[in-house]
Amino acid sequence: MTAAQEHLDPALRVEALASLLTERGLIDPATVENFIKTYEQSVGPMNGAKVVARAWTDPQYRVRLLADGTAAIAELGFKGPQGEHIVVLENTPSVHHVVVCTLCSCYPWPVLGLPPSWYKDPAYRSRVVREPRMVLAEFGLMLADDVQVKVFDSSSEVRYMVLPERPDGTGHLSEDELAALVTRDAMVGVAAVSAP
Amino acid sequence: MDGIHDVGGMQGFGHTKPLTAGPPFAEPWEGKAFALGLLAIRAAGANLHAFRHAIERVPPAEYLSGYYARWLMGAQNLLQDSGVVSGEEVTARAARLSGQHAAEPAQPELRKPGMPSGGPGNLRNLDAPPAFAVGEAVRTRNLDPSGHTRLPRYVRRRTGTVIAVQPAQVFPDSAAHFLGEDPQYVYSVEFTSRELWGAGCEPFSLSIDLFEPYLEPAT
Repeated sequence: MTAAQEHLDPALRVEALASLLTERGLIDPATVENFIKTYEQSVGPMNGAKVVARAWTDPQYRVRLLADGTAAIAELGFKGPQGEHIVVLENTPSVHHVVVCTLCSCYPWPVLGLPPSWYKDPAYRSRVVREPRMVLAEFGLMLADDVQVKVFDSSSEVRYMVLPERPDGTGHLSEDELAALVTRDAMVGVAAVSAP
Repeated sequence: MDGIHDVGGMQGFGHTKPLTAGPPFAEPWEGKAFALGLLAIRAAGANLHAFRHAIERVPPAEYLSGYYARWLMGAQNLLQDSGVVSGEEVTARAARLSGQHAAEPAQPELRKPGMPSGGPGNLRNLDAPPAFAVGEAVRTRNLDPSGHTRLPRYVRRRTGTVIAVQPAQVFPDSAAHFLGEDPQYVYSVEFTSRELWGAGCEPFSLSIDLFEPYLEPAT
């Protein structure tokens, strides 16, 4: 058993731990800064949006993406922690996928970055596996009764990303313009992508 | 373990948080906590599964106080378990950083686990074929270990269908306790909402990735 921990403000706890570990040569403050910068600047949903836009504009890429998500995503240069095996779920007019991790907050970091607050919150984690339509409606996504809802609970090292439907009226847009429309929420399956 | 982390299907948490697109770290300490958690895994000689379990062992009230707060307490659990730091040291250092006088306690004795690793990451190749095939009906066993598991309460003793065979992976139930990698096949198993929640629930299907030891053939 772990010894009980004193109640501390987390901002103080992090400083105390960092100070002890740095002193012992176990962490380097530059590495800490580098981790923070990576997930603040380089790794985020803009990566996944590029994957989606490519799949919308290149039918052969779309086939590869759905057959082997990890490899197709790596073609665009995205890989790394929490992306060992990525499966892409395609939303269609008749099937809607939504992703959760009920046990912690597993999330495909290389394509979506770190999970947002609502994804990590117990309300989402507890309810989306029990009343997904109600949760989606709460987020503003109303699905027709004849749309099948498929919930995916990420309980192993497999990570899931949703390929949302391409909105109507976007035939004239370039791949970059399409990528700018794709949101993190649509790639988790709690929102649809809207035309500009 | 049947801990606070296993929230699938629990009721009473209220409305979901809004879909706001805030920065990854709401406050600077959160970014530091994130990095420190990942670095603590290596410093403690632990692994990702042990870290998840260390977060699960955070007491319920503290667990619910926030994501990076529990993440940080999980990191401290790992470091304490391995004798890298003690709780007393953290408390004393926090006091000193706050400008109070506190004696520095003696450093604990290192007791890092040292489980052999089969390589980077968690995917492994197995010689034996998978026990179950796509389309097969399976039932989740009535397992209720006090340690780490990735079989949540809400899918125990339920019958579903294998929809995909995923790559074999390090078995979290073993690795979290440093008992070896014991890699196992993983199956995406689909359940009907009715099987999980009974008549009167919303119609939908739920797929979850389950390790082979969690499953038996449905009879």
